[in-house]
Amino acid sequence: MTPARAPLAGPEPLIDVHAHFLHPRTGREDWEAPNAARLRAGERIGITVHVASTLGSWGFTSPTYFPSPRDISVGNDAMLELAAREGGRVKIYAAVNPNDTMHALAEIERCVARGAIGVKLAASRRADDPLLDPICELAGEHGLPILHHIWQHRRREWPAQEASDGLELGRLAARHPRVAFILAHIGGGGDYAHTFQAVKELPNVYLDLSGSGVDRGMLDGALEAVGPGRLLWGCDVTMETGLAKLRALDVIGLEREKMRDVRWRNAARIFPHGSFPMLEQVAA
Amino acid sequence: MSADRTATRPIDVNTLIGPYPYRYVPHPDPEVLVRVLEREGLRGAWVGHLPSAFWRDPIPGNQALFTALAPWRDTLHPVPTVRPDWPRWEEELRSCVDRGAVAVRAYPPQWGMATHDPNLHGLAAACGEAGIPLVLTVRFEDLRQRGNLDVAGDLDPATVRGVVRSARDARVVVTAAGREFIEFVHWGLTPEERARVWWDISWIWGPPEDHLAHLFRTIGSERFVYGTHWPMRLTQNPRANLDLLPDDLADARLADADEIATPRGVRNQA
Repeated sequence: MTPARAPLAGPEPLIDVHAHFLHPRTGREDWEAPNAARLRAGERIGITVHVASTLGSWGFTSPTYFPSPRDISVGNDAMLELAAREGGRVKIYAAVNPNDTMHALAEIERCVARGAIGVKLAASRRADDPLLDPICELAGEHGLPILHHIWQHRRREWPAQEASDGLELGRLAARHPRVAFILAHIGGGGDYAHTFQAVKELPNVYLDLSGSGVDRGMLDGALEAVGPGRLLWGCDVTMETGLAKLRALDVIGLEREKMRDVRWRNAARIFPHGSFPMLEQVAA
Repeated sequence: MSADRTATRPIDVNTLIGPYPYRYVPHPDPEVLVRVLEREGLRGAWVGHLPSAFWRDPIPGNQALFTALAPWRDTLHPVPTVRPDWPRWEEELRSCVDRGAVAVRAYPPQWGMATHDPNLHGLAAACGEAGIPLVLTVRFEDLRQRGNLDVAGDLDPATVRGVVRSARDARVVVTAAGREFIEFVHWGLTPEERARVWWDISWIWGPPEDHLAHLFRTIGSERFVYGTHWPMRLTQNPRANLDLLPDDLADARLADADEIATPRGVRNQA
């Protein structure tokens, strides 16, 4: 019989490349509850590391997807403190708004010096905009992957965000071939079939499996489009869907070694060396 | 799944067979569904006919449904579609009940019905009289990924409130709703009315926002039933959601689909 508290996703390492936390200045009285719930559910699933960001004030004092420089820094500080408190189980992306270019570059340097292992770009500027180039160049210098919020096949403008789709991220990725780009949440709602076609030939674009969408056929399509070597496991704001996708990959019959790639080895490969010290022994 | 969190081998109240008009859905066939139920530890399913939601006249779809499920009637329980603005719909409802329907599906947004459509209220009353639940579907897909031809929109919470209020004997199962929708309906009904509504858990968020846990604590797990939304969504999702409930909900139990499908009073007489 399985021990009652054995990790639901099994004992193998597991990296969530797309996590978020809240902080006191996000305007939510209950901000601690989702943070505690993420760590609780993470333990239950068996998540080894949450690689996480916070998007400014989450809309409280500036818009979630157009955060002010002040809110960006406050959010990154909160994440740095959380990561320090949680030891190795929480790692952070430096979240930036490319419209404030100098602040974004300084913020990346500041956060990397304190342990950030990636850059988070949301939807403040279209992915193929030249304003993103200096950020990508700096990420490339530090060997940081960039997690980019993506709206699968955007058909119109939305007021609250300047969302990008797979084609636009693909154009950015082609301009910066030495940077690994994580295309966010193919399960985040949207036409993932469009995304598969947009990025299948771009080796530096990785698909994260996070998001609330659990369409049947989506995982099969992702495997067919980019293969298990370019898939990264993640949750975003729904962790039950993350667990369900792991179980579905098992049912699909993904081989054990390829499952390991999706669970953590692909992530260990694209984040800077030494980002996950607790996994180095396993990798060896 | 922790066995104590749902009825032993629950019934999935939210499955469909047949193709979806707006995207490819892998093998939506009854023989596949039977295998999936076995694999997932489910003892059966309420099964609708997916194309019927989009056909003007669902009657041929009902015939196809009953025919397709015939070899597996112990496991797959038909939920045909009755369109109450179609001539002689009452005859179709009677025919469906006579052929063993455990519930009836209706799709107000796909049929262009207004929020308080009297035909829909008539169907709810007729279902109540016939002793079978009415199944309403909030959505088939995430709003952001719908095709250009798919303009029906989501079901409106006011429609559900109107249906429940209009027919005192109606029992309503709502599928594919999220927390906000559920709360907009539940807290807008009287206690007697709430007791006639059940929600499938196929689209409710788990941690870190913990919507399912919140709803169990505030509304009660007995108002919820097991549903996957197969073949549109991964069958593993509701089970994962139950597995991730906080420890204080370890004893939470879902309603049993058989209790909903059996008219009050009739079950005890049998």
